[in-house]
Amino acid sequence: MKEKILINARIIDPSQGMDEKGSVIIDDKGKIKAIGKDVKKISAPSAEVVDIKNHIIIPGIVDMKAFVGEPGYEYKENFRTLSQAALAGGVTSVVTMPNTKPIIDNVSMVDFIIRRGRDKASINLFPCASLTREIGGKEMSEFGLLSVKGIIGFTDVIKTVQNTETMARIMDYASDIGVLIMQHVEDYELSKNGCINEGEVSTRLGLGGISYIAEKIIIERDLSLLNEFPCRYHINQISSKESLNVIKRNKEKGLEFSVGVSINNLSLNENDIGDFKTFLKLSPPLRLEDDRVALVEGIKSGLIDVIVSDHTPEDEEGKRLPFAQAAAGAVGIETLLPLALEMHHNESLPLAKIIETLTVNPANILKVKKGSLKKGSDADICVFDLDEPWMVSGDSLKSKSKNTSIEGRKLQGRVQMTFLGGEVVFKL
Amino acid sequence: MAVQKKTSAIKSTTKHLLGIQNLSILEAKKILEEAKTFISLNRSPSKKLDILRGKTQINLFFEPSTRTQSSFDLAGKRLGADVMTMNVGNSALKKGETLMDTAMTLNAMHPDIIVIRHQDSGAPNLLSQKVNCAVINAGDGQREHPTQALLDALTIINRKEKIEGLKIAICGDILHSRVARSNIYLMNMLGAEVNVIGPKTLMPSSIERLGVKSFTDMKKGLDKCDIVMMLRLQNERMQGTFLPSKREYYEFFGLTPEKLKFASKDALIMHPGPMNRGVEIDTKLADDINVSLVKEQVELGVAVRMACLKIYCK
Repeated sequence: MKEKILINARIIDPSQGMDEKGSVIIDDKGKIKAIGKDVKKISAPSAEVVDIKNHIIIPGIVDMKAFVGEPGYEYKENFRTLSQAALAGGVTSVVTMPNTKPIIDNVSMVDFIIRRGRDKASINLFPCASLTREIGGKEMSEFGLLSVKGIIGFTDVIKTVQNTETMARIMDYASDIGVLIMQHVEDYELSKNGCINEGEVSTRLGLGGISYIAEKIIIERDLSLLNEFPCRYHINQISSKESLNVIKRNKEKGLEFSVGVSINNLSLNENDIGDFKTFLKLSPPLRLEDDRVALVEGIKSGLIDVIVSDHTPEDEEGKRLPFAQAAAGAVGIETLLPLALEMHHNESLPLAKIIETLTVNPANILKVKKGSLKKGSDADICVFDLDEPWMVSGDSLKSKSKNTSIEGRKLQGRVQMTFLGGEVVFKL
Repeated sequence: MAVQKKTSAIKSTTKHLLGIQNLSILEAKKILEEAKTFISLNRSPSKKLDILRGKTQINLFFEPSTRTQSSFDLAGKRLGADVMTMNVGNSALKKGETLMDTAMTLNAMHPDIIVIRHQDSGAPNLLSQKVNCAVINAGDGQREHPTQALLDALTIINRKEKIEGLKIAICGDILHSRVARSNIYLMNMLGAEVNVIGPKTLMPSSIERLGVKSFTDMKKGLDKCDIVMMLRLQNERMQGTFLPSKREYYEFFGLTPEKLKFASKDALIMHPGPMNRGVEIDTKLADDINVSLVKEQVELGVAVRMACLKIYCK
């Protein structure tokens, strides 16, 4: 490929503390050759010039939690549609979930999805395998063998290892070989029959509630275990203020672990469920406005490390049911960045902080060389207009499933262009 | 023209009766006024009217019910409608048919009104989005049972002449009760003061936000109450342990003549049925015609349902 120079850009790259107007040179191998305010057009006279028109350049987004339907649920999403949706949202690296059919818990499945992903996907895929065999919560997966095959982390997605002994063994074993454990935090006994936050809304709608205690108690348990068995431990998503208090206490003690939150829990609260909107049935559930505000604060103070899309495509059949029977989850990879920008526009978070939680932080947790535009990095780049107004409509989203949690929401800020390895792979 | 406009303002704004929460005070009062006119009719030898002649009413019951189903059945027939009752619980659902499929099938038969009972909260709302006729909620999950609350209101008005200013206690398994929720909304709307009484494990989260005072002590909760509504302990909805034993429940929360003395001297007892005698209520008390309104509730239930069918049937 030809050398490129991206000019007239505001570059925000938290991995090198950069927020300045400048240019980026991408070499003929698709790597960053030079970046910043001192880069001049003259230093790459033969390069193809791309005018960024004063939009913002950030590293391609790394989304730590997305579901791709292959294999088994191709009718909800496939590698091709997930790639298109991701790139339209400036996401260039995706951690995929193993709760497919069959479940990704063995070496041959890993071979399959890596091959399939290579053929069909046009983004960087980082597949997860299940934490326990068959996501059954009983026997640990082959962490060592699966890691060698290219598995980035281990998670039971929306299931939690309930048995404390099993969890202790998993963490003990994982601490030795250095694999990443990504836990969904929910105590089943406390959350059973529940489908939304326990409170006024669940009482009014007559739906079973999930108390914040269900989340808190597993975090308390796991962090106690982590103290004994220090492994790479990540909490997939938290939803409540109370969980943050536990996290704060433990981080202050010096315990090392990382924490994620879904963009949904940062942008919506339980009142948005309205009259049984099943697209807002999520796991973990939307909670009070107080919780939402606390989560935003949690990002600001660094207690929460990453924002994920929790992209969960579900078809109409799964959603057009009475609320208690409906599938949980919403698509969101395409709207992840624009929705996150709301927190910049309403002045609750600095822009650089938002970008950090979407790029360098997840890359560091995953230990992958992404999320940064330092010299020599892959030129995975997201270009966005900070102010362009647009309205979300499920029908025009690129995902195969249209279950967006923010149908009709007016957003400010939109992805204009996405580069993957120096090539333009999306243009608005 | 002006007169017409005025009546249309009182006319129900919603096409469906999904819950008391969606009802305006005018709509609620209109149903109650209309129902009053049917009370004497139902007591007369000739009970049949032809207001709904030519109309088709489908009772769609996904959950077993005796009194609500027969009440709606009778109400429709007395108004002259063709009534069909379907107990879906044991046929279509087992074959994998969803609520939406059933709705579409029934809709194709051009019903004028569908009365639905479903074990899932919100099912009538979903149904109402997919059919062309009016939908009446005959009880959904733990959410609402609007016609029960309306018949309770009519029963109270029939005896006490008004609801405004009364103090009403709702006692027992509030957590699992759609009757409690609908009654809280309606009695509040009509100007009563509502206390809920029950063990903490059977009290829904943030119940005070619905505009009630909650108590765990019958003595305090019943103080100066004019109406005591007892609820059934819904064992079938209880998964796991909520109470130590029925014996202990009866000791602290069962309504006995002694506990009734905590309430006003002329307090009356209500129960939506079916009753667990000796669990939530003393059996003699339940049958005492001087204080128990249970039979009247069933009687006026037909009148209220006739009113609802008349108003909501296009």
